[in-house]
Amino acid sequence: MNYSDPSIVASTAAPFLSLDGVRKTYPGVVALDGFSIEVRPGEVIGLVGENGAGKSTLMKILGGVTRPDTGTITVDGVAHDSLTVEASIGSGIAFVHQELNLFENLDVAANIFFGREPLRAGPFRLVDRARLRALAAPLLKRVGANFSADTPVSALSLAQQQMVEIAKALSIEARLVILDEPTSSLPIAETDKLLGVIKALKADGISVIFISHRLHEVERVADRVVVLRDGMLAGTLPKSAINHDQMVKLMIGRMLKEREKAAESARPPGSVALSVKAIRTAAYPDRPVDLDVRHGEILGLAGLVGSGRTELARVLFGIDKSFGGSFQLDGKDLVLGSAADAVANGIFLVPEDRKLTGILLDLSIAQNISLPNLPAHSRRSLVSASAEAATAEKQKTDLGIRAPSVQTRTGTLSGGNQQKVVLAKWLAMKPKVMILDEPTRGIDIGAKAEIYGLMRALADAGVAVLMISSDMEEVIGVSDRIAVMHEGQISGILDKDRFSQENVLLLAVGKQPK
Amino acid sequence: MSKKDLGLLILILVVGAVVAIINPRFLLPINLANTSNLIGLFGILSIGQAFVIITGGIELSVGSVVALLGVLFIDFIATRGMAWPVALPLILVLGGIIGLAHGWLITRLKLQPFVVTLCGLLIYRGVARFYTADGTAGFAFGQNFPELEFLTAGRSWGVPNSFIALIVIAVVMWVVLHRSVFGRYLYAIGKNEEAAKYSGIRTGRIVMAAYVICGVLTALSAIYFAMYTRSISPASHGQFYELYAIAAAVLGGFSLRGGEGSLIGVLLGTVLLQELQNLVNLLGIPSSLNFAVMGGVILIGVLVDQQWGVFRARRRMLEATRKGVAGAAAE
Repeated sequence: MNYSDPSIVASTAAPFLSLDGVRKTYPGVVALDGFSIEVRPGEVIGLVGENGAGKSTLMKILGGVTRPDTGTITVDGVAHDSLTVEASIGSGIAFVHQELNLFENLDVAANIFFGREPLRAGPFRLVDRARLRALAAPLLKRVGANFSADTPVSALSLAQQQMVEIAKALSIEARLVILDEPTSSLPIAETDKLLGVIKALKADGISVIFISHRLHEVERVADRVVVLRDGMLAGTLPKSAINHDQMVKLMIGRMLKEREKAAESARPPGSVALSVKAIRTAAYPDRPVDLDVRHGEILGLAGLVGSGRTELARVLFGIDKSFGGSFQLDGKDLVLGSAADAVANGIFLVPEDRKLTGILLDLSIAQNISLPNLPAHSRRSLVSASAEAATAEKQKTDLGIRAPSVQTRTGTLSGGNQQKVVLAKWLAMKPKVMILDEPTRGIDIGAKAEIYGLMRALADAGVAVLMISSDMEEVIGVSDRIAVMHEGQISGILDKDRFSQENVLLLAVGKQPK
Repeated sequence: MSKKDLGLLILILVVGAVVAIINPRFLLPINLANTSNLIGLFGILSIGQAFVIITGGIELSVGSVVALLGVLFIDFIATRGMAWPVALPLILVLGGIIGLAHGWLITRLKLQPFVVTLCGLLIYRGVARFYTADGTAGFAFGQNFPELEFLTAGRSWGVPNSFIALIVIAVVMWVVLHRSVFGRYLYAIGKNEEAAKYSGIRTGRIVMAAYVICGVLTALSAIYFAMYTRSISPASHGQFYELYAIAAAVLGGFSLRGGEGSLIGVLLGTVLLQELQNLVNLLGIPSSLNFAVMGGVILIGVLVDQQWGVFRARRRMLEATRKGVAGAAAE
């Protein structure tokens, strides 16, 4: 691919978009606080910040989904108090989301012009397939696609699918393309292609906002970096000042906020409970993982979204098969053919997606808790409702599950209480290894602290706890050791004396910690 | 008994009363006995189907299995001289094997239940016709199996034994579905198979077991049907029976998505279907309209049930809003 020299794009042109003093509050939270930004034509802005820094609120405001409380949004010289979805699209703002919104069963051209297909003459509203392809071809060329307009989307790689999304943005004459974590699930070679497309957009005078946790990519492609922290502009870095350390410094900007940490470990870590050697997951079949989890410790598993943590958890729990490698539980070889095998061996998982895999929303609290251990709650193969209720009552009291009764349908509970039900079903059995995948996602602060307390209590009782978390403060505040994953492999393990957000971030992007 | 089942029961009684008023022959013992015999035959079939539907699956090959196993059973005892106490369990085992094969294809090879059992529907029908060279399987003149005939087509105290068999099976299967560990697993899988798997349930085995149960119950009903008709022309015997079974389950409150429905529901569904059949005969409605009446009633039933659910949800929302407003005003 060939790009014109990026430096010739005038940076003095009038901004295409500017936000001035935008503030947005949600009950109890200030999501954005007096945020201002200018985006000039042909400028690539890297937008970075931790989870919860306000990036998604900003996106929602630009997409017209959310109204800001105060502030002005000026697009193309016209000032607005807020945008509507139509106004956002009409003024040429296009989004490419982390989760792609393509129809896999249709071809590329049909996806690009979905809902706006060119029609043939005549009363039948038939799609003019030839023209559809003819219209799509130049767009694909602009994004540097190496596939044709009639390729089915299902045959494309993730990066190619993202190119289709960008071509779709171009087809509505987008003047600002916002890419939300586009590279988080891409392998390196694919990422390079995508960064090439961004440069091509820039050469066409189209502005880009590039949101990413992968700082080295931001470094490579951005003309300017805007750092968000706690809903405020933490700083702007001009092209010359963009480097990894500067970005990390602005993102963290302060010492660890005091928060409800799990209590310190009451005991030294014991022997190795679960040991995995050369396990390979479907996400990264060429990257073996070695990991030891000891009795009595909370091992934090950090890493970026898409680094293979959830896939690892699924293999450890027997849901997915490992491509080679071996497991040992307390020194004995273990074969995991299914989740049932893992459960029989005391390896339990609190999964990431509570509502889809954690609990059965239509069943009661008691039925959910007894489900993995139903034979123990039965006599002669018949379920004993009283035994179920007794177990559930005990867990309800121990964990402080707030519900009218143990017969309450779990679908009616709050997220925190649902999560406690997931925990309760495993605590009612004898866990040896407890894997928790994003255990506090979408849970309020109070319930979070209780879940940290439970995890520590488990570890103190000798259980090996493996906690996957994307919340940096949580990982540092709760863990006894932190293992960091990067693109399918453990890139490093930090002991308590080397805990810092910076070290975790460095390992998460594949660099060596300090 | 759930509210849904109660509603169905009331519907059955109302329809029965109306038919009885228009044509009092409805209540004649001979008519009731005939109808309850059919309820017995179709009920056993429908309970089997219900176990598959509860997992979110479907079993379309039921009618063809009734034909194939019926042909085999008659052939075994009438032509090959096999003792019926041997042939009967053999047929049940064959039914179980068919169910096991379907379950295996569905859970291990991840084929869709609809596809697997549709192929079964075609295959077993073809095999049944080939086996008899498209002829009719039946008993020779004067062939008698008194005990077997009593058990299948006979009556005790005026009640058809097939109906009694259904009641016994229904009681056992009610316990299995609503009280046993296995039954709980079935519901859990039907509601959310992924979550069940994440709770350590061996979902594949449970689903397979459901198809085996369906196969065995279908085999049993195949024997009953064979002894009821006493001669089987495999090209048409049992045709559409899978649809009767599915219709009974749907009428009885089962969701084809799985995880919903009760044993009493499917029983009542069967009763209503047979009552409608009977109604068509007794009220002088052209028997060609038979299926149309059945289809219409099922459609209305499902529609009413659905709309009732929507109505209740709306009322609940309204109440919640009102409470919310009142609460805010009180503050």
